Amino acid sequence: MELLEISQSDVLSWIVFLPLLGALVLVFVPGRRLNVLRMFAFLIAAADFILSLSLPANFILGTHEMQFVVSRPWIERWGVSYHLGIDGISLFLVLLTTLLSPVAILSTWSAIREKVKGFMILILVLECGMLGAFVSLDMVLFYVFWEVMLLPMYLLIGVWGHEKRVYAAVKFILYTVLGSLLMLVGFIYLFWIGSQSLGYMTTDLLELYRVAVPYHAQLWLFLSFALAFAIKVPVFPFHTWLPDAHVEAPTAGSVILAAILLKMGAYGFIRFAMPLFPAASEAFAPLIMILGVIGIIYGALVAMVQPDLKKLVAYSSVSHLGYVMLGLYSLTVSGVSGGIFQMLSHGLSTGALFLIVGILYERRHTRQIDQFGGLSARMPVFAFFFMIATLSSIGLPGLNGFVGEFLVFIGLYGSAHSSFVYFAATGMILSAVYMLWMFRRVMFGPLENPQNANLSDLNWREILVFLPLVVMMFWMGLFPRPFLARMEPSVSYFIEQYQTKSHLAEADRLQEADSLAAHEQPPGQK
Amino acid sequence: MVNFPEINWNVLLPQVVLVSTGFFSLLLAVAYRGRGNNSGAGWAGAILSLAGLALSAYMIIIQRDSVAVGFGGILRFDPFTVFFNLLLISGAAFSVLLSVKETAGKGLQRVAGEYYALLLFATAGMIVMVSAADLLVVFVGLETMSLSVYILVGSKRGDSPGAEAALKYFLIGAFASAFLIYGIAYIYGVTGTTRFDLVAQALGEKSPGPMTLAALGLVLVGFLFKIAAVPFHMWVPDAYEGAPTPITAYMAVAVKAAAFGVLIRLLIVGFPSLSSYWLPMMWTLSVATMTLGNLAAVFQGNIKRMLAYSSIAHAGYLLVGLASLGPLSSLPGDDRALISVLYYLVVYLVMNVGAFGVLIYLSSSGRQMETLEQVRGSGFRYPVLGAAMALFMFSLAGIPPTGGFLAKFYVFSAAINQGLVSLAVIGVLNSAVSVYYYLRVIVEMYMQESSGETPAISFSLPLFLALAVSAWGVLQLGVLPSTLLEAAGKAVLFLR
Repeated sequence: MELLEISQSDVLSWIVFLPLLGALVLVFVPGRRLNVLRMFAFLIAAADFILSLSLPANFILGTHEMQFVVSRPWIERWGVSYHLGIDGISLFLVLLTTLLSPVAILSTWSAIREKVKGFMILILVLECGMLGAFVSLDMVLFYVFWEVMLLPMYLLIGVWGHEKRVYAAVKFILYTVLGSLLMLVGFIYLFWIGSQSLGYMTTDLLELYRVAVPYHAQLWLFLSFALAFAIKVPVFPFHTWLPDAHVEAPTAGSVILAAILLKMGAYGFIRFAMPLFPAASEAFAPLIMILGVIGIIYGALVAMVQPDLKKLVAYSSVSHLGYVMLGLYSLTVSGVSGGIFQMLSHGLSTGALFLIVGILYERRHTRQIDQFGGLSARMPVFAFFFMIATLSSIGLPGLNGFVGEFLVFIGLYGSAHSSFVYFAATGMILSAVYMLWMFRRVMFGPLENPQNANLSDLNWREILVFLPLVVMMFWMGLFPRPFLARMEPSVSYFIEQYQTKSHLAEADRLQEADSLAAHEQPPGQK
Repeated sequence: MVNFPEINWNVLLPQVVLVSTGFFSLLLAVAYRGRGNNSGAGWAGAILSLAGLALSAYMIIIQRDSVAVGFGGILRFDPFTVFFNLLLISGAAFSVLLSVKETAGKGLQRVAGEYYALLLFATAGMIVMVSAADLLVVFVGLETMSLSVYILVGSKRGDSPGAEAALKYFLIGAFASAFLIYGIAYIYGVTGTTRFDLVAQALGEKSPGPMTLAALGLVLVGFLFKIAAVPFHMWVPDAYEGAPTPITAYMAVAVKAAAFGVLIRLLIVGFPSLSSYWLPMMWTLSVATMTLGNLAAVFQGNIKRMLAYSSIAHAGYLLVGLASLGPLSSLPGDDRALISVLYYLVVYLVMNVGAFGVLIYLSSSGRQMETLEQVRGSGFRYPVLGAAMALFMFSLAGIPPTGGFLAKFYVFSAAINQGLVSLAVIGVLNSAVSVYYYLRVIVEMYMQESSGETPAISFSLPLFLALAVSAWGVLQLGVLPSTLLEAAGKAVLFLR
């Protein structure tokens, strides 16, 4: 198998490290100059977005190869390299990150008034970590970026969060660190198997793909990787950190957490856990799909009874990410593409919903649904954006949410596990119930609470925050083809590799069992 | 007739330089004593010590590629010696930088000359230890180091916790020395020699008798006291908490590194044939040490005491490296376990110096900043110190992109490479526990509001220098570790 890579200069390095560079410059800006700090951070993130637009513009269609590859030796003694590259799977996740980072920064103008300097530095470092994790093609490099994005998030929650922020921050980091440390052991073990079967030490992901891991080892390795990623997704029952982290985080933190960090888990499955250990992944597929379905229904049911707006959106994330896992494990082109598409649309719609909760919280300092009601009369522009985000989250045809979910259902139907469709589809109905009910209670009806009488509508900056998200929702909903066309070659390659490798490993296992059985027979009896 | 062995002065020069600088420092103290109360002695002693350390390091560096044996094979100068000598000298230099403020200020002003002299004597003792290829010479070095450090721990006269710490450390340390010398006597009884290579020859491949095993056990106990492995760790929390903070840093980094240096050489050169006995022992000790250190650290409210338990935990991670030494017939140059231990020691040095340095800097305004409550809210009050502390805590917790991460990565990969997967899993679970208490410092510094007023801290060049270099080291070793890995690889190549 020849892995040809297409390189086009160092643009990926620039995209990843521009935010870090900006953060370093910000260190030297005096902390009193609030607007300079905000504007500078925003401009850096915006520049990074513009820079990242060169990726889809120069992306070569119809190939599954890694593109924009940068590869240099890093720690030669251990075969670690600085290896970056993207394919159809990671391309849009990178774009989602670069789009949402400036949006999140722009949303903090009035929300973050204290310690602005630290906030802006951390959010730029966070962006660097997320982008790096999406484009790394080396395990050590990936692990470094994976943890680098953890720390700023921990501090964002812990320093700028709400009342129970410390509890939420510590819970968040302990869950994530436990998962990632076990993944580290799994990875080192894989590294060791790899260096024995390849004959040299390497941590390069594309090379490790070629390692035939023994079946028994695969099971343990897959578990160690899958646990780390499942915590991040989060897959039921590892989701308990998520509502706490979301509720306590500042708005921008919630946006990034929901829109991008959670995608890291699903991305980890499709990039690492599944292709590296396909046979084990196949063995655990029913379990993961069951957990995915439980997540969909449980998340929706819990969301339905939440009195707190932010908690409601947080539990809706648990529900929506269940579709992603189902899509990935359907192992059909439409299912997997649908899963990735759903990752993107969840990023947009949930990001927008958290921003909306943030807008309300800034004005009223409460997130309790029963404190609101009848706001649409006072805030018509806000109502417009809120409605679109709600409908996008529900999956109304014409908006982005529908495309992903529909593709997942089609994919599931054509897969070996078609019965899951029925359960998953109930989630779609439930999501309509809780989202529309929430929207009605907040926006419609009589305006009874006198505190809501003087709420101001969105200002220009806030409209600017929502505009790109809403445009993307329509674009992805009405014209999904350009997105899907770029994913498809990589997705079908992923499925093909997965199936060949898992069959090989399965055959290996059977042979092993046979030879073991033959061995155990006393020689005389044969 | 007595046969005088040939004397190779090159082997001894670094120690000679350090000891003579120490004597000059004593003279200096006398010279300043007549002039009453001023901070000159502290500064002069620090500058003199740094100069001596630099000269000694220079002498080591210019002959870094040579392999020399002196005094009939009891002292060796090889890349392994060079690596540890430079490590110990930089540990001492960091401690000098951390001490300036205290020796020039109220705390240690009256004993500044003696303080630096003892620091240099201790360092010279350590250098003798890691260069020694003979158990008796090791013992001489160890005692030189230990006696100096006992006094340093109690160097704040009139400070009762310091005196208590010094006494405890001395009593337990003397006990450990007795074990060691008893073990050396047994070894002499069994093999008729105390030189490492001759001991290995005499032991041969035959299965060891009870005397041999008793000797091995007793000698190991002596060193395990010094590296603070469980169950020989009881002195650590009190001694670390009671000692002046720069000395705590010195004990944490240099004493531990020296003891590990000797242990590695002794096990690999002296007792290779007994590896089937000491490898499982290291396994058990490392599990006990990591687990107890980490669990106890969780409950500490005093950061110095927390760092004391954390240093026990880190000794456990280092023992993971020793437990995963490869089959000793192969070339040590290929041995990832050895390289990982050496790498870990360097990272451990910079991150601990950094963490203790921040504590010293924070306390330098006169208000004590040692407990979690006292540092509350200081992160935003002192942004540079806060960021530095966060960096060192992340590194101690083993989170990338810091040196602490790569160090743990190497140690655990060495373990997995030897098939000790369970040891690696226990190790990472321990790391996960450690994340909790290291990050608690950051929680207090950044996420809580300060309780009292926080005084301004004046700039101190030596402290700043120590912090800047260690912060740079933590990042450099986490991002571009290749140079040090090569050096460590070279060092272990000549171990035999």
